[in-house]
This record gives sequence, structure tokens and C-alpha cells, in this order.
Amino acid sequence: MSDETLKLTPLYAAHLEAGARMVPFAGYSMPVQYKDGVLKEHLWTRENAGLFDVSHMGQARLRGVSPLSAFEEVTPGDFIGLKPGKQRYSVLLNKKGGIIDDLMAGRPDDDGLFVVVNGACKENDFKVIDDELAGQVRIDRLEDRALMALQGPKAAEVLAIHAPDAAKLAFMETASIAAFGVDAIVSRSGYTGEDGYEISVPGEAALRIWNILLADERVRPIGLGARDSLRLEAGLPLYGHDLDETVSPIEAGLGFAVSKKRRDARDFPGASRIAAELAGEVTRKAVGLKVEGAPAREGAEIADADGKVVGVVTSGGFAPSLGYPIALGFVPPSLAAVGTELKVIVRGKAQAAQVVATPFVPHRYVRKV
Amino acid sequence: MRFTKDHEWVALDGDVATIGITAYAAEQLGDVVFVETPEVGKTVSAGEGLAVVESVKAASDVYAPLSGEVVEANAALADAPETVNQAPEAGGWFAKVKIADPSAYEALMDRAAYDAFLESL
Repeated sequence: MSDETLKLTPLYAAHLEAGARMVPFAGYSMPVQYKDGVLKEHLWTRENAGLFDVSHMGQARLRGVSPLSAFEEVTPGDFIGLKPGKQRYSVLLNKKGGIIDDLMAGRPDDDGLFVVVNGACKENDFKVIDDELAGQVRIDRLEDRALMALQGPKAAEVLAIHAPDAAKLAFMETASIAAFGVDAIVSRSGYTGEDGYEISVPGEAALRIWNILLADERVRPIGLGARDSLRLEAGLPLYGHDLDETVSPIEAGLGFAVSKKRRDARDFPGASRIAAELAGEVTRKAVGLKVEGAPAREGAEIADADGKVVGVVTSGGFAPSLGYPIALGFVPPSLAAVGTELKVIVRGKAQAAQVVATPFVPHRYVRKV
Repeated sequence: MRFTKDHEWVALDGDVATIGITAYAAEQLGDVVFVETPEVGKTVSAGEGLAVVESVKAASDVYAPLSGEVVEANAALADAPETVNQAPEAGGWFAKVKIADPSAYEALMDRAAYDAFLESL
């Protein structure tokens, strides 16, 4: 895609001013890093607070007579049981139980279901939802809204200055709140493993709010490079890499997104496959790997102790908080136990790798306020 | 010191060329977290992969600017890959190569030519 056709977020000018290196991502020109660079941005977020522009992501309202029950037709989550003020992580499933996208869906207010999907998938996601649920609900895209994430151990104290009610939400709670002089939709969630918030605001107010938050010395802008290394350390999958239309939530280790009620009812797309996988018929499982030597990146083969290729790395890189390389990948269930010694093939050479528990870096979510 | 359009530098001492990447390349790469240096005794041709530098985000090849035989690799980079960022045109060198044809060295860009090349980017 040429630069001319790339879309810009409402924060584009702020990125340029901050010295960002811009790259094409999901059809947008996005900051991959600022002047500090990926390593320092990553560590800053783990110790202070990082501010991310994620306005490329797809925001929408699912509206209609009963959007919660309708949404259950395309996901395996318990949305009928989703209480006001709560948000859930879920997956959009195809008929074969493969993941079309992963997403957050919440009830910040009485206006249907507020959904946030991946930027690179949003056109297709909204089409799928529209096609599958036509006549019951409608999907209203919120293209005039920006989305930013404030993440890190100091995020709460920073947000409390400007939006005390929003700062008091607990992990996976969400609310429509008057903050920064606008109607904001805030959730306490994120994609770094740290405490933090995702803040949806009208696009025309985004730059002003971004600058208010950045004026706090505890906050620095963080690019997509560190967003990727932070989520990898947190063991969180990235769509298009760790997840795709062939991968089921069970294979991906996202069984928690298939609710008990829905497992029993088997009333979601691909339910028969997922029931079989839950009963033990699974051929690959996502694992975390601690890698010795060079980073093993996406596409690197995983071999067993005898050198036989048994799987593939789906994302991997150097973990700045740990000081060594880590990876996510698929292996047969017999080789998925923590402690299993494997190999990764990097530039033709076998390197030692060990299955380790994920998250690689413990989550620090604030579940009770 | 001589330079290539791939942003490698070469310093020649007799027939042994010390090879690294320029400050410009190191800045573009960002924080280097791993360096794969060549094995001593390996024969490389100009344009072939000589080393690999890894940042948090990606792996990048470093190409041999000249043909020859690797006589030494910078072992210090194993424990201190950040040297490539801190001193790219000194302690951050990757390998010493005994070159077959010293005249090839003269054909590379000198500092003024390389600076002009950077200006043109």
C-alpha cells in the first residue's frame, strides 16, 4: 500500500511532532516508535505509564432489540449474562470454529454493546456481524472516535487527576463518563499486561486529551513496536500471527473465552469442533517458549529433542523486561507441558528452547479497587 | 575507513579488514539486542551475509563489503550487543576479514562520499 492511500488517525500530527517513525499498519500511518526507541518505551511502560494511539482499531455499537443475545450467534461468550458496566474479551468465530478476530465487547451504558476489534480486521468483522445478524441488530461504526490506551503502574494515578470516576473502574469494567470535557468511553483493560485504561473519545478532542495526558511527566508516548513486545511478554496473542481463521480458541489457549453456559449449550459457530477439542481431540496447542541464543521470530520451525519438526513459532522476539528471547508457537499437545525441552530453528541452526508458563511477565491487573 | 551503500564500514590494516555498521545504520536499527557473528575460518564473498543484528523488532543482515576469510569475530558482542549502538564505528565491529583483493577496498566510498550518499537519502 502506498503512503498516499494510508489513513491518518486524529493524532497523526502529534506523532510527527514527537519524532515518531511512522509505518503503514492496518491501512493507517502509525507510529512504530518515538525518539526513545522500542526498548526504552517498553521499559517505561512497565515502570511508569505509556500512552498509545490505537485509533486504527474498529469501534462500533451493536444496536437493536437484543444485541447481547444476537452477539452470542457469532461468539462463544456469555453476553446475555454480561452485566452493565462490564466488558468481556471474546472471539468472532467462523462456521468451523476458527477465529475471525479477537475483540472486546462491553456495556459502558444502555446503548447496546460497545465493540472494539482489530484495525486490520475491522472491515471484514463488521461485514460478518452485519451479514450474520441482519434483521436483528445493526452495527453502527464509530469512525469519528479516537482510541488511546494509557498503560502502566502509574496509569491510575495519572488518570485520577483528570477523570477520577473513570480511574476508579476495576479491571474489565467499562463506563461512559464525562471526562476531559467530552463523552468518553473508558474501560480498565489493555494489551500490555499492566494495569491501565482504554479511552475512547470524539476524534476532534483526541489531540487535546493526548496532550493533557502527555503533559504529565509520568507519561510518554509509546509506539507499536513496544506495544508488540509488551503484549508478547504478557502472553497475549496477536491476530494475524498467533490467531487466524484456522485456529480455534481451544488451540490458542483461549478456552476462557468459551463460557461454561455456551459449552453446555453448544450453540455457537464451530461448536462441534470445539466440543471435540475440549474432550481431548486437539492436534496443536499454543505454548510459550523461552529461547536460548538468537530470537526465534514468526515462521521459525520448532523441533523436538530429536530434531524432528513438530511446530512453528507464531510470534517471537527479544523480551526487554526479561533480557532474553521469548516466543509463542504451536506444538502437539504431548510436547506442550511446561518444562518440555524443544529446539527452535533460526537461520538453519537448532537452538535450545523450553516450554514455559505464560504470561512470561506476570499480569498486574487491578481487579478490586 | 571506507563505506558501502548498505551502511557498513571497513577499516583496513595490512590485508585485514575490520567490518562494522555505521552510526546511521545503528540509529536506524534501534537498540541491538543480539548479534550473530561469523565463525572464524569462514570464507565470505562480497555481498554475502556476514553477520545478523537483531533489534527488539527485527533481524537484519549485515553483508560482507569485501571477499575474504574471517580471521576474528567480535566475541564481546555476545554479552554486550548494545556496543553496536554505543560505539558502532569502534567497539561495535563484527568481524575481521583477511581480504583477497586490497584494491577492492579502494573502490568503496570514502567518508566524504558516504556523507554525500546519506544526504541524498
